[in-house]
Amino acid sequence: MTTKHLLAAVDEDAAPLTHEQLRELYALMASVRHLDTAAVAWQRQGIIPGYAPQLGQEAAQVGSGYAVDRTMDFVFPTYREMGVARAMGVDMVGYMSTHKATWHGGMYNPLESRFAPIQAVVAGSVLHAVGWAHGQTLSGKPDGERGVAMTYFGDGASSQGDVHEAMNFAAVMKAPVVFFIQNNGWAISVPTERQVAGGSVAARAAGYGIPSLQVDGNDVVAVFEATRSAFAHCRAGHGPVVIEAMTYRRGPHSTADDPGRYRTLDEERLGAGEDPLERFRQRLLADGVADAAFFAEAQRRAEEEEEAIRSGIEALGPRPGAEMFSLVFQEPTPTLQSQATAWRKESEHV
Amino acid sequence: MSETITEAPGTATDTAAPVLQMSMQQALNRALDEILADDPKTVIFGEDCGRLGGVFRITDGLQAKHGEERVFDTPLAESGILGMSVGLAMAGFHPIPEVQFDGFAYPAINQIICQIARMNYRSRGTLPMPITLRVPSFGGIRAPEHHGESLEALFAHVPGLKVVSPSNPHDAYHLLKYAATRPDPVIFMEPKSRYWQKGPVDVTSATPGTEASDGGSPTGARVVREGRHLTLVAWGAMVARCLQVAELAAEDGIDVEVLDLRWLKPIDAEALATSVGKTRRAVVVHEAPLTSGLGAEVAQLITQRCFDTLKAPVERVTGFDVPYPSGDLEDEYIPNIDRILFGIQRVLEYRRG
Repeated sequence: MTTKHLLAAVDEDAAPLTHEQLRELYALMASVRHLDTAAVAWQRQGIIPGYAPQLGQEAAQVGSGYAVDRTMDFVFPTYREMGVARAMGVDMVGYMSTHKATWHGGMYNPLESRFAPIQAVVAGSVLHAVGWAHGQTLSGKPDGERGVAMTYFGDGASSQGDVHEAMNFAAVMKAPVVFFIQNNGWAISVPTERQVAGGSVAARAAGYGIPSLQVDGNDVVAVFEATRSAFAHCRAGHGPVVIEAMTYRRGPHSTADDPGRYRTLDEERLGAGEDPLERFRQRLLADGVADAAFFAEAQRRAEEEEEAIRSGIEALGPRPGAEMFSLVFQEPTPTLQSQATAWRKESEHV
Repeated sequence: MSETITEAPGTATDTAAPVLQMSMQQALNRALDEILADDPKTVIFGEDCGRLGGVFRITDGLQAKHGEERVFDTPLAESGILGMSVGLAMAGFHPIPEVQFDGFAYPAINQIICQIARMNYRSRGTLPMPITLRVPSFGGIRAPEHHGESLEALFAHVPGLKVVSPSNPHDAYHLLKYAATRPDPVIFMEPKSRYWQKGPVDVTSATPGTEASDGGSPTGARVVREGRHLTLVAWGAMVARCLQVAELAAEDGIDVEVLDLRWLKPIDAEALATSVGKTRRAVVVHEAPLTSGLGAEVAQLITQRCFDTLKAPVERVTGFDVPYPSGDLEDEYIPNIDRILFGIQRVLEYRRG
């Protein structure tokens, strides 16, 4: 199943990560861990109505997001890619505004951030990535300037037909798409073995003639290197790549979920394996890349950042109601305009 | 292109205008050809629309002329075609995807409703979806199941979509050119039973709607026959049938006005009010099932604007609440001349109390 050698061939000149980059990866993971944990607390405190945690997926998300070239690539997320967004430098108040119920899709600018709007039909955006990627092929841009689309989805989404259509389209058209699957073991309450036939999502790629690899999704460096190789493969005009990052969703599916109904804490501890953040910390310590002072500083910055994001979303007022009408179309219909007028008039007493 | 176009004399008032006689298939083909020439960001794709030129030959010759990158065949997967349109639009292209038959829009409905229709809203206007989805629509060709459906109410009900259906070659040419240059998604419902009917096309009127007969708006309805006694409201293939009915009714001294709605979202409510305000009676004719059909929307728009002057409740002559029937029963299902005449009779003979 693993065809990693195919990818390595186009990426053999890639330099190993510098110490500075390794520290940056750790700092990003620490930020994501802290923000994710905090967001669950915000929900409990009533600051936000809901959240989809990604505890345990920091390495998969940060490692892959770090490989994106924000000057030309484009990422297509679902609703559990907070770590990718953070690694790509997306405005996190704008990102969290979805969970604040301020605006579906988020308040960040997708064109500037290169991060498509958040959406909940989990395989829906997989096809968008293929279309966008084919647009790069059609763009007439010279070699090296064409972007790559990376689409994120999970083991659960891989059951949807759109994933098949997307992989088939991409392979037929040799579209520069990285299909990045975070296999976190669970589709809400249903485990992977009840969700994914054929052994793994990566195994399916062979049927489309797409090179694929499974990667340890709890190893941020391995994830980064796999993603970087996949991007190089796509950029060289060799078509799509499938990466399946094997990880584990340590917490609930969402803040409304009760994992105790479908798995025990013992099973959770056993399935989750080593904590990706702690594992990376030990590695950086052992390699002499970072010391205790660095980790303390990373934690301090993560807390500072979380506070700023929290006050940012707390300061978000409700959107002006007129936006409900004015953002449906580029050219609103007369009917919609008259509905907006009536709404304005009938809301004046408020 | 293989089309043969005969030059016909221009109108009496404008001899410079080349009015061409062509079928709706030729008119649509010419429109697509010109759209591709005018806008390098336009791409046309779907099942068999490349080398074959589409099962209805609407894209005939376009791949040979504009290249395989501009006009291309996709794998057979409607969700893929429409989902891909979203990504292409995000990348700055103007996709004109085709689903081969109306019933095959169903497999793509998630991409149409959840993605195409919402992306502008979801992205706060930063990711417009200038997509024109061409859908060969309605029945009348005795095709197998799923090859003849009337989806206009379904599409018109979805926030974020616009819906248009031409009834003749001239409108087909102009409305497609207009739709393809809009920044919002438009569902372009082509009446497949009218593809081969010829009619005059004035290709020089660059902006549809500027002619007086267009009602002054590119999204306006059009009075295609003036009358005094009642208004038949129709769109797509039903317009031609209503014109036939009007001719027959005239033999009995009934003067029928026929209003071609053209746009099903937005609906030109003013044109409805103007026409029915004059005739004071209306019958809506559509192929789609009755219940929750667009006829109900039209009837309400008329009622709201013309309640005081209406001489009878608005009547509807429609398909039935049954799955689209097999070819042998098609003539029983699609509003025929007799059923429309009965509808006219009902409004003319209505007595209060």
